[in-house]
Formats: sequence, C-alpha cells, structure tokens
Amino acid sequence: MTATETAAQPVRRLEWQLAQVREIVVETYRVKSLLLHVANWRGHLSGQHLDIRLTAEDGYQAQRSYSIASPPEDELLTLTVERVDNGEVSPYLVDDLHVGDQFDLRGPIGGYFVWTAAMGGPLCLIAGGSGVVPLMAMLRHRERRDGHAPALLLCSSRSPEDVIYRAELDAMARRDPNLRVVNTLTRKQPDGWMGRRGRIDKALLAQECFPPEQSPKIFVCGSTPFVEDVSRFLVELGYDPLTIKTERFGPSGGQGP
Amino acid sequence: MTGRLPNESMIAMDETTISRGFRSKRQEQTPKNRLPPGQYVTTDFPVLSAGPTPQIKLGDWTFALQLGGSLLGKWNWAEFEALPQTTIKRDIHCVTKWSKLDTTWQGVTFDDLLKAVGLKEPPAFYIMAHCDGGYTTNVPVADLIGGKGMITTRYEGLPIPPAHGGPARLLVPHLYFWKSAKWIRRVRFMEKDQPGFWESFGYHNYGDPWKEQRYDGD
Repeated sequence: MTATETAAQPVRRLEWQLAQVREIVVETYRVKSLLLHVANWRGHLSGQHLDIRLTAEDGYQAQRSYSIASPPEDELLTLTVERVDNGEVSPYLVDDLHVGDQFDLRGPIGGYFVWTAAMGGPLCLIAGGSGVVPLMAMLRHRERRDGHAPALLLCSSRSPEDVIYRAELDAMARRDPNLRVVNTLTRKQPDGWMGRRGRIDKALLAQECFPPEQSPKIFVCGSTPFVEDVSRFLVELGYDPLTIKTERFGPSGGQGP
Repeated sequence: MTGRLPNESMIAMDETTISRGFRSKRQEQTPKNRLPPGQYVTTDFPVLSAGPTPQIKLGDWTFALQLGGSLLGKWNWAEFEALPQTTIKRDIHCVTKWSKLDTTWQGVTFDDLLKAVGLKEPPAFYIMAHCDGGYTTNVPVADLIGGKGMITTRYEGLPIPPAHGGPARLLVPHLYFWKSAKWIRRVRFMEKDQPGFWESFGYHNYGDPWKEQRYDGD
C-alpha cells in the first residue's frame, strides 16, 4: 500500500452525468439492482464506486456513494442497493424509482479496492451482506474475461432470503471448477441447509481461504464490525496485512477513505 | 471554520436533474454555515480504512519528525504525553459525505512540536504523514501551523480506539477527514509537494470541504 502503486489518474474533473434507469432487478426483499444507461461513461474497474446525487423539487440535494456491481465489459452500469430503514436515499432508490427515471451520478471513484484479470489470483473475496456488491463486479469481470484465476467467494448473510445474487453465483460456480462459492447463514438456516452456519470466524477462514503461502489477493467488504473482525483474523492467521484490501460500510454507508 | 459560508457559485455550477418524488427526510436543520456542500450530519462515527486495523502496543509506539531524511525529533509514548497538550472542538467532514459536529480532540499542536525540536519556523512548505499499515497523506504546512493541526491522542477525553486511528492520528479538521491520517508514526517535512495514498488514487490533492474538493479536478 504505497503511493507508487497507482492506478491511472483521472486528470479531468469527474463531471455529474445523467443516468437513466433501464431495468430494475429484485435481488432480495430489501435489495434491488438498478441497470443504468449513462451516455459517455468513461469506464471503470471492478471494485470501484460512484457518487449519486438526488435533487428534490425544492432544490434539496443528497449525495451518497454506491459500489458498482457490473463489470467494465457490460454496456449498462449496475448498482445494487440495499434499503437501509430510516435512510434518506436508499429507500427512494429501492422503493420509489421506476424504469425510465433519471438521476445524476459521477465516477468512477477509488483505485485501490479493485481487481483486474491482469492482476491474477488466487482471488479471495469475503463479503458480509451487501458487501458482496463490489466483489460481484470482480467475479463478473473474471468470467467475462475467461479468467481461470482460482477464486473463492465467502459470503455471510443473515438468512437464506438475504443472500444476494444467489442464483447467478450458483450458476457461475457450476460452470467454473476454479470458482468456489461458500455461503454461511448467521441467524436463520432453513431445514436441510447444507451450507455453513454462524459468523465467519478464524476456523472457517483457515479452512476455506487459500493459504498464506499462495499469497492470495484478498478483498473484504461489509459492515465495519464485520471487516474489523475478518481482517484481524486474517492477520492473525499469517496473511500479510498489505495483501488485505478492505472496504467498510459505516452505519451511515459509504466507501472510500 | 465555522462562520464561513459555502461558495454558492460552486454549487450552482452543475446542471441538476430533479428526482421525481424525492424529498428530504432530515428532521433537524443544521445551520448552512456548519455543513459543507454535499455533506449530511451523522451522529455515528463511521470507520473507513483501506486495510486491516493495525494493533499497536504503546510500548512499541514512537513518533518522529523528519526533514527529508534527517531526524528532527523522536518521542516514545511517555515523552509524547509530556509535551504541552491542547484540546479543541471542531466539526469534521468525511469525503464519503458524512459530517460530525462538535468533536473534541486532545493532543500536541504542530506549533508545540516545532517548539519542542527548537524550530521557530517550519523547515519546509509541505509534509507527508506516514502511518502504520503504509498509509500516507500530504498536507501543506500552512494548514498545520497557527493551531490548525495536531497529533491527537484523545477523542472525547478518552484514548482513541484503534479503528479510529489510535493510539495517535493526525488531525487537520478543516480538510476532508482522509487528511487526518490514522495510526500516524512519522511526519516528514518536504520541499516539494507529493501526493499521498488516496491523492494517488484520484482524490483531490488538497481537499477543502467548503469548495467540495473531493476528487482530482474538483
């Protein structure tokens, strides 16, 4: 993690651009994906995020950051948004937005929490809840690029109803022997659940992750307590802290510094 | 910082799209001169870092002041605690849009650090802050002297929790909060400005919240 490990620097200002909702996909009872058309989108890397800005009729504005779920190869830009109860922006995006609606966004933002096929593997992705969104952009990019880098996605969700992208991830893993998807459910497991139970702990990480000797590229994304715990376990298990990239969703949401 | 009004012309520069049916849910109105453009007030203290939180033992902690490659001064924890202490109350503004009002910090100001190493004037125009975990950030010296910046070791009267940058973090509250580097261990004065960590990844080199300097080119 040094200043010399630099992605290409944008020199132009990131201007606000008009995004139009082309399609809405229901992912879970509280999560939707918005497929957006943005004319002249400058492109992005998997793992980056963007800022959106909503403007009320009285001129009131609110800005928030959201991870990009789509890989750079896709024509439409996808945001996957979880409704935060009592939130100001996410309930609007999840409950009120219709196909054809428009809002402003600018991006892409961030150049550290990114993975490109050229960076290789093994790739170790660890998600808590909606923290899976930027990691999904990486897996989609890997698949579009015919990536054979060994990859693991370890996902912690509250209940089976909370697992985001479940069908797509299952299908992806069936097609690709180099990809393993491991789900753990922390609060509610259905009868016959064959997956993991409980929070991600040190034992689970030791069992599922590529060993430190293989120098996996590690990305951890989720709530602050989730990322604090998982990254501390990984350091205790012998992984080099500089190979662990994290993105924390604070209680108020947001990514970046 | 308080008492300054956001630059209205900066806000009106972009064309905006009205979002059908979107309304403010803000309960209490924060005075406009307290909240920079694009920010909202939170009562939480969100944590945002690029890697794992370093676990630093106070017995191993040192803080150094450098000019280029030469050492100006170095303190262990007890020595640093014995330096003159200053307490300030400030609003802080994170580039990810949250602001937190009236936060109280205690630590050693840059003015007192310079005095402690026998300097009347700062020896260069810029600093690079170096931190555990490899994080760096650059700040002009003019933004640190005159009581503007400190190395802080207490938040709301208590030791700073590791996730929030403890045992010691840089505090430059009038700039976006990524400039207030967590886990600081070394401040290096430098003649020429150089970008730090986030500044190399597309974030603004200076980061004035009131001018909404979030990203390169803002």
